[in-house]
Amino acid sequence: MLNNRFINQLVNSFFDLSPIFAVILIFQILVIRQPLPNAIQLITGTFFVIIGLTLFIKGLELSLFPLGESMAYAFARKGSLLWLLAFAFCLGFGAAIAEPSIVSVAKKAAVIASFKHVIEQTDTAEKLYAFGLRITVALSVGLAILIGVFRVIRGWPVYYPIFFAYACIICLTPFAPIEIVGIAYDSGSFATSTITVPLVTALGVGLATAIKGRNPMTDGFGLVVLASLIPIIFVMLYGIFI
Amino acid sequence: MIKWLCQFGLEFLEICRDFLPIAIVLISFQFLIIRKPLVNPRRILVGFIFVLLGIAFFLEGLDLALFPLGKLMISQLTTPEFLGINSLDIATTWKNYVWVYVFAASIGFAAALAEPSLLAIAIKAEQISGGTVRAWGLRLAVAIGLGSGLALGVFRIITGAELYFFIISGFIIAIIQTPFVHKSILGVAFDSGTVTTTMVTVPLVTALGEGLAQAIPGRNPLMDGFGLLAFASLFPIIAVLSYALIAQWFNNLSLSSTP
Repeated sequence: MLNNRFINQLVNSFFDLSPIFAVILIFQILVIRQPLPNAIQLITGTFFVIIGLTLFIKGLELSLFPLGESMAYAFARKGSLLWLLAFAFCLGFGAAIAEPSIVSVAKKAAVIASFKHVIEQTDTAEKLYAFGLRITVALSVGLAILIGVFRVIRGWPVYYPIFFAYACIICLTPFAPIEIVGIAYDSGSFATSTITVPLVTALGVGLATAIKGRNPMTDGFGLVVLASLIPIIFVMLYGIFI
Repeated sequence: MIKWLCQFGLEFLEICRDFLPIAIVLISFQFLIIRKPLVNPRRILVGFIFVLLGIAFFLEGLDLALFPLGKLMISQLTTPEFLGINSLDIATTWKNYVWVYVFAASIGFAAALAEPSLLAIAIKAEQISGGTVRAWGLRLAVAIGLGSGLALGVFRIITGAELYFFIISGFIIAIIQTPFVHKSILGVAFDSGTVTTTMVTVPLVTALGEGLAQAIPGRNPLMDGFGLLAFASLFPIIAVLSYALIAQWFNNLSLSSTP
């Protein structure tokens, strides 16, 4: 029975991933026109990807989704807004502070800054700049989840905070130094990771289910997008003030 | 084999380390603030191990199969010889790069479909909506959006146009679409657009941006490689909003034709 289910899920994962195999095969046959290099490696890799996806989806259903939702229920029952907001902030901050892609992008940004003589061309100045940038992103992701949770509780429409963030970004960009704009726009995308997304989604949906008068479909989503918009604003501010 | 196992173990530990801050937050809030025993602690623990192992396998598989191929293709497609850039002839226009657009679009399309966190959101949306939102439809819409977004982003790197202009226009399109989309799909639309930029897309897109910025004359590889991801997280939103609009339109049509 268990075996059967696992195999079923493997097949599902294969179908979920089939388009990507198709694209690669088409390119390989039509454009590059060479036999596949390292066929064995490719097949093992593909197999790993399928196993990985299967385990990930299974694990989501076992842990991340129920945990996020049960914590949301528990906070809603506890009725303490302050602790809930603190939790939301910590979750966002913790997710972004260790994210490897943010670490590497902060390093690159520091190199650009010293190249443009925004900061001194020393190692310590670069490190400080990179660290400051990381903290900025982490704080803003925390703030983003906090705002999202607050929105679910108040029952505001999904697009209020999103449009407000859009407006801030539109207004701030002309004042931000040109070299930080690209980094700022990208930094938001780095902040959302494979573990945070399901957790935050489950949190939002759980809250919207637990609170009376909220609909999980209408109110529960829309948290993750803020986590990619708010960092843009704060990284640009960081660029303006440093 | 043993060497590989060691390497895999190290990678797994790295993933666990990256996950540590979130685990600390979850555990401390669960035990210090909520102070209620978890409903099924063993199941949750097993689930977490599945998630972390799944990510480790997924990344290892990507490293073995997809990334070398993708990066090889990117480097081949962005060599000056392939692009036909003549260092003496500065008048090469953006039209010379047709293959790069096609390639960027298909990379985007494929990467979005492979993205596990998009799958997670799509599954959740299908569950909650009771099947009115289809996971496949959502993923395809995001994939089309990511493909066209990347093609446009590549166009920007090649022409050197302002990033600002494109992103702001994208924002304005999304703002105009919003009032017409049914409010129950809005959150999902915005979220699923954002989640394309995680495990699969980020490394591929970064490699594409850097490769292009290096290959094309007059671009600074330090600076012009950035900005592609912004396209990658904005255009899927527009695509999903459009998908929702089209679906609504068809629904209305079929409702009015069958009285």
